[in-house]
Amino acid sequence: MSEDAVIKVRDVRNQFGSHVVHENLDLDVYRGEILGVVGGSGTGKSVLLRTITGLQRPREGSVEVLGTDVLNADEDTRQALEKRWGVMFQDGALFSSLTVRENVEVPMRAVEGLDPDIRAQLADLKISMVGLEYSAGDKYPSELSGGMRKRAGLARALALDPDIVFLDEPTAGLDPIGASAFDELIQELSHSLGLTVFLVTHDLDTLHATCDRIAVLAERKVLVAGTMKDMLAVEHPWVHEYFHGPRARAAAPELQQNGAER
Amino acid sequence: MRETDQLEIDQAGGTLHLSGALTVRTVTAACKAFADLPSDLRKIDLAEIDRLDTAGAWALIGLQDRMDALEITGARNEAESLMQTVRQAMPDPESRPETRASLVQLVEALGRRVISGVGFFLQLAGYLGIFLSRLARMIRHPSEFKLTSLVHHCEEVGFKAVPIVALMSFLIGVVLAFQGSVQLQQFGAEVFVVDLIAISILRELGILLTSIIVAGRTASAFTAAIGSMKMREEIDAMRTLGLDPAMNLFVPRILALLLMLPILGLIANIAGLFGGALMAWLDLGISPAMFRTRLVEGTSVWHVFVGLIKAPFFAMIIGVVGCHAGMQVQSNAESLGRQTSNAVVTAIFAVIVADAVFSIFFARVGI
Repeated sequence: MSEDAVIKVRDVRNQFGSHVVHENLDLDVYRGEILGVVGGSGTGKSVLLRTITGLQRPREGSVEVLGTDVLNADEDTRQALEKRWGVMFQDGALFSSLTVRENVEVPMRAVEGLDPDIRAQLADLKISMVGLEYSAGDKYPSELSGGMRKRAGLARALALDPDIVFLDEPTAGLDPIGASAFDELIQELSHSLGLTVFLVTHDLDTLHATCDRIAVLAERKVLVAGTMKDMLAVEHPWVHEYFHGPRARAAAPELQQNGAER
Repeated sequence: MRETDQLEIDQAGGTLHLSGALTVRTVTAACKAFADLPSDLRKIDLAEIDRLDTAGAWALIGLQDRMDALEITGARNEAESLMQTVRQAMPDPESRPETRASLVQLVEALGRRVISGVGFFLQLAGYLGIFLSRLARMIRHPSEFKLTSLVHHCEEVGFKAVPIVALMSFLIGVVLAFQGSVQLQQFGAEVFVVDLIAISILRELGILLTSIIVAGRTASAFTAAIGSMKMREEIDAMRTLGLDPAMNLFVPRILALLLMLPILGLIANIAGLFGGALMAWLDLGISPAMFRTRLVEGTSVWHVFVGLIKAPFFAMIIGVVGCHAGMQVQSNAESLGRQTSNAVVTAIFAVIVADAVFSIFFARVGI
């Protein structure tokens, strides 16, 4: 992992009415890593994701993605940047009037001179890469289960081979088998495609299984960022409770013991 | 940068040299070039490739699958692992389900539509039966009756619809008087415009147009309310709590319509006559007193009954269609929207069909 930050968030402040969500928030995401963002409910994990992808304009601060200033970029630069990232929303956010294949083709339509037949076959490839059956391509989102919708959403996010993918709660609402399969999928794709992954999650198993680094949102900012081992040593009460609670012990007993020894 | 991807293809001997970027932007050109390669190609050299994405890897693997004994060399580590991933994920179009012959498909589609149409009518009849049985149960067990709910729905479907219904009917009266006077003036029979307005509004238009407006307003509201409850599993929750959805949701709504639609129809009749009288006075000089005399003398009171007798039937149709469509909503928002618009179309259509049936019936019995 090189120390090359592809996402730089500096001094960001987000506020809804009088409710301050983020204040002086700094975060770096490095090329090729899988960063997991955790935090209690209402700490603004999804708001952070929306801020970085330009869906939510912060009151103050700057966001730089792949060397582009997201907040002050002109239309063309922004569009070029948007082709270099993919976002998977919580429930897939697939277009309900299109089949899965057509959904995956949507970003590819922006590529000039791409033959429609090749485009459909590439969409089939992406559908297969995220572990969906070939026949899923002809189905409409309403005919898919929650896990399949998430996979289809990931396929659409990966359509143009982005440098960065943002995943909002990729394993929420999946059964444990489906969730761990999704974890493996993310890790595998991240390695083979050289993806940088920014993932918002609640799932401790996902953190253990996939994330290279973890950023904890608390007290309106990124409280700590580091590896799982670093997290276990943090004294902050919420972080301690989170990583030492009964669910955390169940998720990775061996790490907990190491942590206790240290 | 990305916009200017370039791919150069160079063939020498049995080796294909690729250089530049083999990405989604150049893959169309690459596929064209790959299509007419000689079959004695033995090697593809990727050493000069700066960038390869899944689209490029897909094209290479497709080519490799087509030709036997084709070697790919010079791939860097990342490219190698990418190709590995793509190779594993290559879709298998063989598993695509076969499409059947088109004529058979057409006949089958027609058959399905007929069956589903018949099923739809049976279901509507079933819902009507449920409503009537719950109504009977309510009479035997008055304590289960929800008066508050009924009053609330009466306000929603009746009271709040008064302005729109009255305005619409008033305007229809105006239009009828105006159009009728133009025609009747040619024969010097202006005074018959009173009969024209009275009979057409009292017998047909008053209640029919009221029902159409109510179908648009209320059937959609019923479907949306019940449908969103169905969508969020509230109906299932009611069932598990021992509450009967039909008793709690259908009965107050349909009953409110049954009570309110005749009243709305009556209001529409009055407003329509008023609009007609006003126009007749302004346009033809038929004074209100003359209009009244002519109306009372020339128009049988039966016309009012013939009109209003239809109201409860229309109310039943609108209510049952609205509640039925609401219960058909599945757990997604699209089906809610689809069912809501279905409910309006079905209710209006059914009301007009029923009106036609009534017309024929009354003509036959000679009322």
